[in-house]
Amino acid sequence: MGLDFTVIPKYLDVVLLGCLWTIAITVAAALVSFFGGILLAVVALYAPAVIRLPFRAFEFVFMGTPLLLQLFLIYFGLVQIGIDLPAFVAGVIGLGLHFAVYNSELIQTAILAVDRGQMEAARTLGLSRTQALRKVVVPQAVRAVIPPIGNNMIALLKDSALVSVIGVSELTLSAQRAIGATYRPFEFYLLAAAFYYVINLGMEWVQRRIERRIAISR
Amino acid sequence: MTESNDFVQIRHAQKSFGTLEVLKDISLNVARGQIVAIIGPSGSGKSTLLRAINDLDALTGGEVWLDGVQVNKKLPHRQYEKHINEMRQQIGMVFQHFNLFPHMTARENVTMAPKMLKGLTAEEADALAEEQLDKVGMLERIDYYPSQLSGGQKQRVAIARALAMKPKLMLFDEATSALDPELVGEVNQVMKKLAEEHMTMIIVTHEMDFAASVCDRVLFMDQGVVVEEGPPEQVFGNPQKDRTRAFLRKELDETE
Amino acid sequence: MDIDLMMRVYPFFLEAAWTTILLSVLTALLGLACGALGAAARLSRFTSLRLLGATYVSIFRGTPALIQLFILYFGGPQVGIQLDAFEAGVIGLGINAGAYMTETIRGAIISIDKGQREAARTLGLSQFQAFYKVILPQAARLMVRPLGVNLNMLIKATALVAAISVVELTYTAQRYIGSTYKPFEMFLLAGVLYMIIIYATGRGVSWLDRKVRIT
Ligand SMILES: Nc1ncnc2c1ncn2[C@@H]1O[C@H](COP(=O)(O)OP(=O)(O)OP(=O)(O)O)[C@@H](O)[C@H]1O
Ligand SMILES: [Mg+2]
Repeated sequence: MGLDFTVIPKYLDVVLLGCLWTIAITVAAALVSFFGGILLAVVALYAPAVIRLPFRAFEFVFMGTPLLLQLFLIYFGLVQIGIDLPAFVAGVIGLGLHFAVYNSELIQTAILAVDRGQMEAARTLGLSRTQALRKVVVPQAVRAVIPPIGNNMIALLKDSALVSVIGVSELTLSAQRAIGATYRPFEFYLLAAAFYYVINLGMEWVQRRIERRIAISR
Repeated sequence: MTESNDFVQIRHAQKSFGTLEVLKDISLNVARGQIVAIIGPSGSGKSTLLRAINDLDALTGGEVWLDGVQVNKKLPHRQYEKHINEMRQQIGMVFQHFNLFPHMTARENVTMAPKMLKGLTAEEADALAEEQLDKVGMLERIDYYPSQLSGGQKQRVAIARALAMKPKLMLFDEATSALDPELVGEVNQVMKKLAEEHMTMIIVTHEMDFAASVCDRVLFMDQGVVVEEGPPEQVFGNPQKDRTRAFLRKELDETE
Repeated sequence: MDIDLMMRVYPFFLEAAWTTILLSVLTALLGLACGALGAAARLSRFTSLRLLGATYVSIFRGTPALIQLFILYFGGPQVGIQLDAFEAGVIGLGINAGAYMTETIRGAIISIDKGQREAARTLGLSQFQAFYKVILPQAARLMVRPLGVNLNMLIKATALVAAISVVELTYTAQRYIGSTYKPFEMFLLAGVLYMIIIYATGRGVSWLDRKVRIT
């Protein structure tokens, strides 16, 4: 059958649109995973056992199972209990929760490292435990783990391809649409890969800049 | 073919790291059985000179000869590798940080190279390990791992490891600098013993007392050149150069 | 929760779990081979090989594994590569995992103190002898833990082959969700099996790590 890259221009706009959706879902899920990660970390460390233990179980399950399986659960599970969310929202929730758990792991370790000393220092100034957490401990901990969280976010970009299977029209699914019309899988998947690669490089560039900033501010 | 006086020859050694010239035209002859100390301030090029002798740091100019054979011969890559490996078997080296192999016991550290390179059988290798470790007083610890040994003990095993290759020449790069003061003696003891056996040695050291008591000759290096050399009585007792005097005064202050 | 249904379908999940395990083992072996080659290339003294290794790592870590799988499985025939879904899964995921393992293996090797190599070379060992007698045994011990992390990710990544219809755990769960409309139950069945596989692997890795660690 051979390769024929001349078919690409005709469907470039479809794929480019998919690119935008990929960026959108990556950013949205990254935000969910970032704040979700902080929340999970604080709950896992400081909440009373009745809340803490179920959260821990949730983390355990999310770290022990594949993202794709989790996406199926969320997408079809929500439908089953009568919540019919758009695929995009389900995708954001699935990706966001999955990476929130990974971020939480990092943040927990960092909080424990900062807590010693800093918590006491803040308490002696008269801050309550919650205030000390919010104003002193958590901000420092989060700053310390920005670089590894950045790695998670770059992994998130690549895992965002999975939401194509629950019907989010992002880059991968857009490529599939073009393939459906042209029967040219090699060309269009390669094109999609190239776009992912470029976005990936962009994220790595941003990550390096942020790391440099943090290095200065500390 | 070699007179005993040129057992080791360094001829016009020159070494640069990029634009930094670390060795500037250094020449040195060492006779068989002679013991030479190299002293000098930090960064003066002592380690670089020592490491040039077995080509761990290749010279950018000049020659090194051992017992009539040029160590840093110009040869095509493959042949050179073979040649240098043979030369290195004849040159033992002891490092400041021991560099024992942590995944091997003292015995294995000592026997690995002889087994591999000289085809010793297991029994021969064991006998060799016992002999060499006994010499450095480490026989009881023969089956210990480096992590189970003190610094002084590690260094003695490292010396045994080098001796097991039956080298013609031993190089010591600040063998006692990383040791706690109370452990220095045991390593110096071993080196003295080697001196009594007339092992040819080149010793980089910060210990002036040791250099004075063991060595036949002392070389004072500064900024990549040999500033002064001679018998220890002369270099330590009656230094001719200002730089030598300044260095020795500073060293004395620090040890007091 | 529909226990009856779960009892009825769990044998299919068990069977699928074996496929997941087989897939994981083969992928891990191929990944390890690719990782070793990749690391060798990245540490080579030839610039061209170093560049090749770096490109391999960058491309395969810089794009989604799912896309890589699709290119191989759906695009392969266009360039004369005909693979069934299982083969494409093993090869695609293995090469992908190899890119991550390249970095793990290389990291362990370059973390070995350079004095170790120098001491070995000083004794007269060749470059190669120094590597396999002195550097590699130490690096291999350091690799166990991070390769365990790679393995953990790899096992979860085998779920991707569901997208090319390999009948493993995730595919089976997906199919039964479609036919029974019981997503939670099906997730539970597959999830528990995944967690058992991952937990057991993790224990194995810890055991190995303790066993080989230099005290
Ligand atoms: N691999 C290298 N690359 C660049 N510069 C080097 C390298 N090795 C040594 N140098 C430089 O060469 C000079 C001499 O170093 P060398 O280690 O020989 O000094 P030294 O006399 O042994 O000092 P010390 O007493 O601190 O061990 C120093 O300025 C050092 O920074
Ligand atoms: Mg030095």
